[in-house]
Amino acid sequence: MKNEDLQNIINGLGENLEFSTEESEFLNVLVPKEQLHTICSQLKSNKDLKFDYAFCITGMDWGKELGVIYHLNSTEFKHEIVVKVKTEDRENPTLDSVHDIWQTAEFHELEIYDFFGIKFNNHPKLRRLFLTPDWEGFPLRKDYVDEANMIIK
Amino acid sequence: MADQELETKIKTEEYFVNMGPQHPAAHGVLRLLLTIDGEIIKNVEPDLGYIHRSIEKMCERDSYQQIVHLTDRMDYLSSNINNEAVCLAVEKALEIEVSDRVKVIRTIISELTRIASHCLWWGVMGMDLGALTTYFYAFRDREYINDIFEETCGARLTMNYNAPGGLMFDIHPNFVKRTKDFIKHFKTKIPEYDRLVTGNVIFQKRTKGVGVLTKEDAISYGVTGPVARGSGLSSDVRKLHPYSAYDRVDFKEALLTAGDTFARYEVRIMELWESISIIEQLIDNIPEGEIKATTKAVIKLPKGEYYQRVEAARGELGVYINSTGTKNPYRVKFRSPGFSNLSVLNHITKGSKIADLVATMASFDFVIPDIDR
Repeated sequence: MKNEDLQNIINGLGENLEFSTEESEFLNVLVPKEQLHTICSQLKSNKDLKFDYAFCITGMDWGKELGVIYHLNSTEFKHEIVVKVKTEDRENPTLDSVHDIWQTAEFHELEIYDFFGIKFNNHPKLRRLFLTPDWEGFPLRKDYVDEANMIIK
Repeated sequence: MADQELETKIKTEEYFVNMGPQHPAAHGVLRLLLTIDGEIIKNVEPDLGYIHRSIEKMCERDSYQQIVHLTDRMDYLSSNINNEAVCLAVEKALEIEVSDRVKVIRTIISELTRIASHCLWWGVMGMDLGALTTYFYAFRDREYINDIFEETCGARLTMNYNAPGGLMFDIHPNFVKRTKDFIKHFKTKIPEYDRLVTGNVIFQKRTKGVGVLTKEDAISYGVTGPVARGSGLSSDVRKLHPYSAYDRVDFKEALLTAGDTFARYEVRIMELWESISIIEQLIDNIPEGEIKATTKAVIKLPKGEYYQRVEAARGELGVYINSTGTKNPYRVKFRSPGFSNLSVLNHITKGSKIADLVATMASFDFVIPDIDR
C-alpha cells in the first residue's frame, strides 16, 4: 500500500496524529502518548493494515523529550511505517507497554528502561536487563555524565 | 508401596539454577536464571550485560568512518556483514552509488563470512550435543576462509574491509583462485557433514520436535534469520530488500515449516549450499571498476533518519541512524538479530528438559556480543 493510503487509514484511527515523510524513507506517525496502546492494537488488528511485525524498537532522547520509535512491518502486505511516541516528563517518564501486541516489545522495553529510564505501564517485569540493579542514572540519555568511564571529545 | 501412592507422597518443589555466565553451552557470557522442577524447565530468565560495551553510545561520539570499526565487535562471526550494513547506511544517506566491482566483492566476502559462521555453528552444535568430532571438521574448513580473508584484508576475524564509499583496498591477486579452490573443497565436505551428523539417529532424536517455534510466535517475537526460516517465516533480507549484488544472483531462500531444532539445523545446511551457489555465480566475472568512491574526509550526513538492513549470519541486522547534520550521529541503534531471537527462548523452552534447552540454544546460534552490544 502506498504511504498516502496508509496515512488515510491511520488518520481515522485516532486524533491529533502527526504524519511526516520528510527526512525518512518511511511514513512517520507521531502518536500522542495517551493513545499509544489503542492505536498500536488497531494497527495490528485492522484488516487493511495488519502491522504484525515490530522489527526494530528504539529508545530515543530528543533533548527535551524522551520517547520510543517503533519500526513496523506487515508480513502479509509488506508495507512499513514508523510510529513515534514522546513524553516531556524527564523525571518520571511513563509510557504504555505494547508487549501484548508485539511480544518482542517485552525485551526491547527492558532495554529502553535500562538505558533511558522510561517506565512502561503493564510491563510484566520491569527490571535492569544489562546494568546492575543499583546502577544510578540512564546512560543513553544525552545528559548522562560518567567522568570515569566516558571519554568526551 | 505402590507407585501411585509414592507419587502422591513425594513432593517436588521448584528451585533456581544459574546457567552461566560461564557455561560451556552458552558460547559466551550469557547468564540464564532457570526455574526448574527436577529436570523440567518452568521459566528461563536471561540476565545480560556481562560484556556490554555500549557501542550505541560510543557511536554518538565517533565519526562515521570510526563507527564501521565498532560494528565488527558486535557479531564477530558476521563482522564483514556488519561493516557492510553501516557503509550501506552512510552511502544511502549520502546518495553514493558504489561501483559494480565493490558490490560484487562485498557480496562474495559476505557470503564467505556466512559460510565461516555457519561452519563454526555446525561444529559447536555438534559439540553441545556431545559430538566433539564435528568441531574439528568444521574448524578445518573454516580455516580456509580465514586464510583467504587474511590474505585480502590482513585480518582473520574483525576484518574492517569495508569503508563508506567502497572498500579499503582491492582484493589480493590470489583471491579468486583461492576462493574457487575452497568452493571445490567445501562442496565435497558438506555431504560429509550430512553423513556425520544429519542422518545420525541420536542427533535426530535430540533435535526433532524439540523447541518448536510456530510461525505466529516467530512473527510476534520479531524473530529473523535461520530461526525464523525454520518456522516458515520468509525473512531473508537478501530476497525482500536486496542490497549489494544480491539482485543479480539466482538463489533460493531456505524455508522449512517444522519449526523445531532440526528444521533450524537443516535451514543452515541449505544456506551453505546457497552461499556456495551465490559465490560461484559471481567469482568468475568480478567487474572492473573503482574500488572506492571519493568521500569527504569528514563525513556529515544530511539531517534525517536512515534505516538500513542486511542479512547477517544470524538474521536481520538493522542500523538506524538519526543525524542532525553534524559529523557525529545523534543516535545510532543496532537492531541485532540475537537480541530479538533471545526474547523467544523462554516461550519455546518452557516445559522441556534442560538438555533440550541446550539443543535449542545451539540451534539459535547465539553470539553474546551481538546481544550485549
